Amino acid sequence: MDKMLLGRYINGESLIHHLDPRGKLFLSFYFIVIVFLCNNWETYVLMAAMVMLFVKLSDISLGFFIKGVRPLIWLILFTVLLQIFFSSGGQVFWHFGPFTITDQGLINGVFVFCRFVLIIFMSTLLTLTTTPIEISDGLESLLKPLTKIKVPVYEIALMLSIALRFVPTLMDETTKIMNAQRARGVNFGEGNLLKQIKSVIPLLIPLFVSSFNRAEDLATAMEARGYHGGEGRTKYREQEWRKNDTLAVILFIALTGALIFLRN
Amino acid sequence: MVVPFVYAFNILNLYFFMFRIMVLLILKTKFERERTMDGIIDIKDLCFRYSQENEKLDLSHVDLHVNEGEWLAVIGHNGSGKSTLAKAIDGLIEPESGEIFVDGQKLTEESLWNIRKKIGMVFQNPDNQFVGADVEGDVAFGLENQGIEREEMHIRVKEALQVVNMQDFAKHEPVRLSGGQKQRVAIAGVLALRPKIVIFDESTSMLDPEGRMQIISLIKQMNREEGFTVISITHDIDEASLADRVVVVDDGKIMGDSLPEELFQKGNELIDLGLDVPYPQRLKFELNKRGIQTPSEYMDEGSMVNWLSRSILKN
Ligand SMILES: Nc1ncnc2c1ncn2[C@@H]1O[C@H](COP(=O)(O)OP(=O)(O)OP(=O)(O)O)[C@@H](O)[C@H]1O
Ligand SMILES: [Mg+2]
Repeated sequence: MDKMLLGRYINGESLIHHLDPRGKLFLSFYFIVIVFLCNNWETYVLMAAMVMLFVKLSDISLGFFIKGVRPLIWLILFTVLLQIFFSSGGQVFWHFGPFTITDQGLINGVFVFCRFVLIIFMSTLLTLTTTPIEISDGLESLLKPLTKIKVPVYEIALMLSIALRFVPTLMDETTKIMNAQRARGVNFGEGNLLKQIKSVIPLLIPLFVSSFNRAEDLATAMEARGYHGGEGRTKYREQEWRKNDTLAVILFIALTGALIFLRN
Repeated sequence: MVVPFVYAFNILNLYFFMFRIMVLLILKTKFERERTMDGIIDIKDLCFRYSQENEKLDLSHVDLHVNEGEWLAVIGHNGSGKSTLAKAIDGLIEPESGEIFVDGQKLTEESLWNIRKKIGMVFQNPDNQFVGADVEGDVAFGLENQGIEREEMHIRVKEALQVVNMQDFAKHEPVRLSGGQKQRVAIAGVLALRPKIVIFDESTSMLDPEGRMQIISLIKQMNREEGFTVISITHDIDEASLADRVVVVDDGKIMGDSLPEELFQKGNELIDLGLDVPYPQRLKFELNKRGIQTPSEYMDEGSMVNWLSRSILKN
């Protein structure tokens, strides 16, 4: 679940690791937006070159990024096939009922594939080089303006970071309870679906009860340590905007300009 | 097949967990205000029940006086109301009647946050009080709540981690720590806040013997050398025997107040009082029952074996 939720942080000292999480978060989102500006070979090649540069700068082997694509491969293939079979325009190669394959369709298919891969590489880059807690801190500062319209940004960020901290604890507990049930002769993963679901129920109830108790204990402990809302709180962890962060922003502005210039 | 199902449930459970914490944090306790009293903690005729439907009081007419610098042990059966008493002192629950004075100030809605600054609490479950993403983040949590400057925070966190000998683990996440280490981090979190009183609510009960002894000696150091007033709620006879005074809670009432030495004369009754009596101690009571004289002081396994060997040689 750890991996499913957040990707995985890889410790490192690279340039990308040391960028301010606020900038990294914002630029990652921004990247996803400008990927949609690409509409020809030149623009895709430019974006791919950028991403490869970032991957190189992060000192993380390409394999980790390719692994990031794997869980989504079916979704990607499905979208690509839709593009190939249902695009119109250009020279028709093949035609059957509602399906047509045209040269335009094939090109669109390749473009959609590239778009997915670019976006996945970029978000993988973010999660590989930024700790979950930095992400949650970064989100908090980025969303701070929303406190003006009474969105409890601070509380949400705190809950997020507590939830992140408890993911491994809850997973451990699941394993423990599963083993305890196995020891009592429960067989997980045997029989038909209904049977399997039945076998999981005795697992879910203790888990649920325990997370209930944990939440209560945790709230008491937080209150005992003087927690009374986000107001007037200071921050232990520092977020520091350095020269490199500004350079990254300038790079992205230049990139946007180049894209607008190159696209048809 | 079921594994994704369990994962999905876990994610749901996590959301529920976050929601629950949020609700709990929004609910706050209320108090009324009044004058001052002597002694670091003074409790007068305190009554409390968890829900109006309860016929019995969960705390019933409790009177308790704690001196400054004292180490008070609180013992009693499971469900006798020890934790409830601790929570009442820290204003985490709202009493039905009676008053609580902490360091000369009456516990009221206005004084609540001020009083909490004077009290540090360390709870039983090492996992359920670890709020931060890593060790230093957790120690800093209480400081952040008080709005302390970042530079001051860094100094205090470092100092506190040194006291509990966890300075080498500052960047560790909780998954990479043992129960005893997490409890030491919790203690550092309390130390960084520089309270006057520290309440340990069965803080050693989930630890292995080694972790338990480390925490007990840390409590001793805090009380004897650094002058903290300590209240330790415990089932552990080693912990209770180090205290200046032992209070017995039963059924929401304070049933006894004695020196540890007096208490340990009581033999097997100790078990009825909610203490886990270790084997050498039980053996001693049984010997006494059979008319064999034993030393009156508390004996651990080693000194029991020594004494037994010596008595055999004598005969
Ligand atoms: N959050 C709660 N809501 C309702 N009732 C509670 C709650 N917490 C405790 N109680 C009840 O209050 C009584 C006293 O509980 P308390 O936790 O103070 O006992 P304790 O002496 O600390 O026991 P233990 O040694 O098991 O920690 C028990 O009967 C318990 O069931
Ligand atoms: Mg208790």
